[in-house]
Amino acid sequence: MKFRTFAAFVAPSVVMMLLFIAFPLVSVLVQSFFVTQPVYDTVEVETCTPGFLGQICTTEEKSVPRRDENGRIVEVTRFVGLESYRNVIEPDRFWAAVKAHSWAAVQAIDFWKALRFTLMFTLVTLPLVVGLGLAIALAINNAAQAVRGPVIFVSLLPFIITPVIGALSINWLFRGDGILTAALEWWLQRDIAMFAQAWTIETLMVLYRVWHVAPFAAIVFYAGLQTVNQDSLESALIDGASRWQRLRFIVIPHLMPLIVFVAIIHLMDTYRVFEEIVGFSSQGHVISLQWLTYDYLKPDQAGNRSISRASASAMLTMIGIVIILIPLLRRTWRDHRRARA
Amino acid sequence: MTARALRQPLSLRLASGGFLGLWCLIAAFPIFWITVMSLKAPIDAFSPNPLHVIFGPETVARGQGWSILDMLLGAGVLYATARIAMHWLPLAVRTWTPPGFAALGWLLGSAVLGVGFVVAFFGVLPAVTEVLNPLAGPLGRDVVGATTEHYRTVWIDRGFANNFKNSLIVTTGVVTVSLTVGTLAGYALARAGTALAFWILIAALVFRALPHSVLVAGYLPVFINSAEWLSPILGENAPTLYGKPWAVIAVLVAINQPFTIWMLRSFFQNIPADLDEAARVDGCSHFEAFRRVIMPVMWPGVITTGLFSFLLAYNDFLVTSLLLDASNQTMVPAIAGMFNRETTTTDQVVAVAAAVSITAPLFLLVMVFQRQIVAGLTAGAVKG
Repeated sequence: MKFRTFAAFVAPSVVMMLLFIAFPLVSVLVQSFFVTQPVYDTVEVETCTPGFLGQICTTEEKSVPRRDENGRIVEVTRFVGLESYRNVIEPDRFWAAVKAHSWAAVQAIDFWKALRFTLMFTLVTLPLVVGLGLAIALAINNAAQAVRGPVIFVSLLPFIITPVIGALSINWLFRGDGILTAALEWWLQRDIAMFAQAWTIETLMVLYRVWHVAPFAAIVFYAGLQTVNQDSLESALIDGASRWQRLRFIVIPHLMPLIVFVAIIHLMDTYRVFEEIVGFSSQGHVISLQWLTYDYLKPDQAGNRSISRASASAMLTMIGIVIILIPLLRRTWRDHRRARA
Repeated sequence: MTARALRQPLSLRLASGGFLGLWCLIAAFPIFWITVMSLKAPIDAFSPNPLHVIFGPETVARGQGWSILDMLLGAGVLYATARIAMHWLPLAVRTWTPPGFAALGWLLGSAVLGVGFVVAFFGVLPAVTEVLNPLAGPLGRDVVGATTEHYRTVWIDRGFANNFKNSLIVTTGVVTVSLTVGTLAGYALARAGTALAFWILIAALVFRALPHSVLVAGYLPVFINSAEWLSPILGENAPTLYGKPWAVIAVLVAINQPFTIWMLRSFFQNIPADLDEAARVDGCSHFEAFRRVIMPVMWPGVITTGLFSFLLAYNDFLVTSLLLDASNQTMVPAIAGMFNRETTTTDQVVAVAAAVSITAPLFLLVMVFQRQIVAGLTAGAVKG
């Protein structure tokens, strides 16, 4: 294929990605160093209220946004360097809290709270998803041919459901006296409020995410199980390997590339955890990095969006993504070089 | 020898079967349960007693429920619809559509079936059961509470139909554009082994990992002020991109593009390159070879990728909630507005009904396209 033809085929896709992914990335980076604010003028305002024997007048200084001739608010953009980052990370408060050895004070700062939850969530769900996925795949592989289709159909439901709706449906089972909370209360013989403290909410979120992603892992692993080399299984059997040893030394090594694939996809997706926060309306207790950016982007009560702060927190979120991607990129690069050599 | 040696002890088979059963229960339960809840009066729906939620005594007491006769007839209509969809629809489409218009025929046939089902299920069936129930004695008495009033509230009073329309616009746009753009790129990337192709794929991989909020933080200021910076080019009628469905379509297509080209590339790699070479020898240009020879055998891959594009657009919350204004809102962000201002349990059940309404099309999707979805999940994976 000539370069001209290749370029013609690829151009629409590349232009879209440049325009809507690469360009926004650069503009976010630039935005995070600037702040756009309305210009305020300080004016003296005299307010008079009618009183006994004449008026009582008070003068006070008010700051009023300056308007141009069309009545629109004048805004200026100025370079602030790393100030937005400082506003997000709050290093002074953070160090004070660290010096005081107070974990609670660290967790009172939004960014560190979000960072802790995001990392915890990513690392805790990963082994659970891989483990449950593998168990389901083995069980499906073990089942009679006739039930496999229906079982895969049911298994796909949690995966395909809209994340916000999935989180909501779990939420409704536990909210207030939802039936699962009622069942837990009956079992433990005590009063339970699932949404009153952070750790129960986090547990529910982990459970929801595992429920949501395990089918994906299971189906990928199930496909991998179909290609296990039967000859090696047979020779292992003749050598007297037990069922567990066959699984441990033949099946799992065979599935290893798929386990790595699922783990990478899962790390990328879980690091962006966001819909759970919306579905569980947990922003009072638990927030994530992506939710933090979303929150800055949403207009506040006065209708202002803190774009530069959102940009700063977005760039900070990016650092984590880069760390996740480095090993993956290094491996791909090595494979590529080996393939060309 | 192997069959017998590999035979598993009964205990292991039982454990494996039991585990699978438990998993299916856990997988389906939340979805099943919210469906049941959405049909009940608020007191029943949020009752801590599961039997009350299922049978809905309060709902029956209000005179809203299904008798055994209702349920039998309803199941009959459902079965007949499924039967027609499975057997008669393919047959009818094959016999009645002129060659080359199969997709249109399927669309039209499904639409006719859908309308027919709605008329039969919600129009004819209630009228028939109303006449028959008093005649049927104990079979005609309400046993299970069920009401569709919450669905009426959602779709008619809360304007969910409008959100549905917006979702339809956004998803159709995203699927069409991202498949058109993606097949071209995926084909070229599968056939060209150059370093440039490799770097495009790597860049796409990095882009796939980006949190969407990062991108939206980049769009928002540009979109809100677009009338200003577009006016030198477009003059007076420069649009504000913020709140426009087509701007969101462009954004979602771009976000989805990395995934789309990776998946389509791996499907194109399955088609032997000899095929386009044969076409080229016969005098086709690259584009003609792509259109006339490769595309006809690529349909399964295109359908699978289209399904995943659909899911992304349909399920998106973050982009649509930040970039669309209230009148153009799609279904998923709209429901977030619903449960956030929940005050009474009635509002909550209405939100549950909305959630079920959003899930129902996805359920149908899995039913029809299960094989393609599984193929898509394993496409990228098995080849490494």
